[in-house]
Amino acid sequence: MTTRDWLLADSPTSRWQANAGRAYRVFTALLRNPLSVLGGVIILVLLLTALFAPWIAPFSPTGQNLSQRLLPPSGVNWMGTDELGRDIFSRVVWGSQITLTIVLLVALISAPLGLLIGAISGYFGGWVDRVLMGFTDIFLSLPKLILALAFVAALGPGINNAIIAIAITSWPAYARIARAETLTIRNAEYISAVQLAGGGPIRVIVQHILPLCTSSMIVRVTLDMAGVILTAAGLGFIGLGAQPPLPEWGAMISRGRTFILDQWWVATMPGFAIIIVSLGFCFLGDGLRDVLDPKSEGKS
Amino acid sequence: MTTEQPALTSPPPEKLSGKRTRRQIGAVTTFLVTLFLTFLGLLAITFFIGRVIPIDPVLAVVGDRATQAQYDAAKIAMGLDQPLYMQFVTYVGNVFTGNLGMSVSTGRAVADDLSRFFPATFEMATLGILIGVAIGVPLGVTAAARQGSWLDQAIRVVGLLGYSVPAFWLGLVGLAIFYARLRWVGGPGRLDIFYDGLVTPITGMILIDSLVQGEIDIFWNAVWHIVLPASVLGFFSLAYIARMTRSFMLDQLSQEFVTTARVKGVPERIVIWRHAFNPIRVPLITVIGLSYAGLLEGSVMIETVFSWPGIGNYLTTALLNADMNAVLGSTLVIGAVFIVINKVSDVLYRVLDPRAR
Repeated sequence: MTTRDWLLADSPTSRWQANAGRAYRVFTALLRNPLSVLGGVIILVLLLTALFAPWIAPFSPTGQNLSQRLLPPSGVNWMGTDELGRDIFSRVVWGSQITLTIVLLVALISAPLGLLIGAISGYFGGWVDRVLMGFTDIFLSLPKLILALAFVAALGPGINNAIIAIAITSWPAYARIARAETLTIRNAEYISAVQLAGGGPIRVIVQHILPLCTSSMIVRVTLDMAGVILTAAGLGFIGLGAQPPLPEWGAMISRGRTFILDQWWVATMPGFAIIIVSLGFCFLGDGLRDVLDPKSEGKS
Repeated sequence: MTTEQPALTSPPPEKLSGKRTRRQIGAVTTFLVTLFLTFLGLLAITFFIGRVIPIDPVLAVVGDRATQAQYDAAKIAMGLDQPLYMQFVTYVGNVFTGNLGMSVSTGRAVADDLSRFFPATFEMATLGILIGVAIGVPLGVTAAARQGSWLDQAIRVVGLLGYSVPAFWLGLVGLAIFYARLRWVGGPGRLDIFYDGLVTPITGMILIDSLVQGEIDIFWNAVWHIVLPASVLGFFSLAYIARMTRSFMLDQLSQEFVTTARVKGVPERIVIWRHAFNPIRVPLITVIGLSYAGLLEGSVMIETVFSWPGIGNYLTTALLNADMNAVLGSTLVIGAVFIVINKVSDVLYRVLDPRAR
């Protein structure tokens, strides 16, 4: 029996085998779509760049060298140098760590929060549902970026506060999805079986409802990551996100603003990094949606 | 929803219209109540941001250069000795009477500042949405009509770029290419410096004011300046509108009545623009409304890049000066406009679509 047969077995003998088999099927389906492969490769490159930044970057991201300032892209400085003589390519490479941190932390804070609120709302129904969803809808009907800006203004500038502000504004969409999923499974017979066996609400929600929400959640989180990256870069650009000398891509574009008319590369280069990584998440998210959640195509 | 009456027992017409009027009044009431609750929610959030999060709200309002006397006066003026719920009631009352507090950086009332800066934002966002609709809808229809062609793929990539290009970056690159290199458009600002202040503001929108006063030179100068920021803004609504139009059109083109029309020999152009496009006009209104609301948000970044004297620029300046009254005032105004556009496009959808009535 080959590994492939074991993975695709019709009657898996353990839960682990069933999960591995499903992951394998999703993976092979993703491989058939060239754009999602491209997206996956981009995210993989981002991960590797962030992990091995010290070895990939040819220069220090913060070391200043005023005799080398504002040099155009060349064989030595692939993306040119900025106004303090720092190598832009090295800064972009180190910046990938910041982008990845923001994306991961926002996902880790907002997705579970939304999941929990949505599942509780859908499971209990009644006034709990009305209060929680009323709250969610108010957040949903407000502009995200403006709200994030106002939160950062109150919390104070900095990368941690930017992450908190973005997470606060992104959970409502996840709560909506989790609630819809919960409503469809709440009255299923296996849920009644668990309840009859004495399972309390916490056990039903955590063990039997949340796992079923994960696939639509993964799709939505991946698709949202492009927006998170853009918001974080926007906060950095305005000067409220990561503070200098951190090589955050949005903040780097902001520094290059002064030189945009003559030294175009200072502002342009970090922008390409943002576009490529955001596109990567979009491609991968589109592919994942086609495989995991085909019904939701076209909904925003 | 509504239950169909059998034809024989249907009530007399005047009774029916009375029922419908009552139902419409009910719908309008529900609409107004949700609108009001959403506004209250927005106020609760801005109140929370302004009064609860900052460790010292007084300092956040008066700034750190204030003397002790100013500080104490501000504390009493802000009603911070009152319990929290009373503070909220006062806050809501103030907002509904148009009192948004004073701005530390401009030294004027925030409400006055906002009404002076709003027309510039409105002018740019409106031009942006016109560009987005004029180009986005035909692009989406074409992409759906030639599904799978290279054109469809190209439009799909444009759509995804709308989700992955930072607005401020596109603005900067646009300035570098079309202003610095090619000299096709004007630089930052609404007018060249020597035209500044020559037009008396009537509506606050320079394009309209200059035309009304017969200043054709100034009008063309303003066009020259607004083209680039409005196009950058328009690109983002174009990307979204084209993507949604394509997906709506694909739904329609796979319907049986479209096949029937084709079999009957109706020309393809008429099948696409009449049979398939007519039914999607109503959902498109919702999409356009959403994207218009999104442009107000996008204009915050674009205005910063183009030094455009609108609400977005006012907001970012206030953010950097920690001018909390101005920040919360702008957030409230942008949020309120956002909510109203959202709700109105929702209502329009219900009024225009016979199925949703």
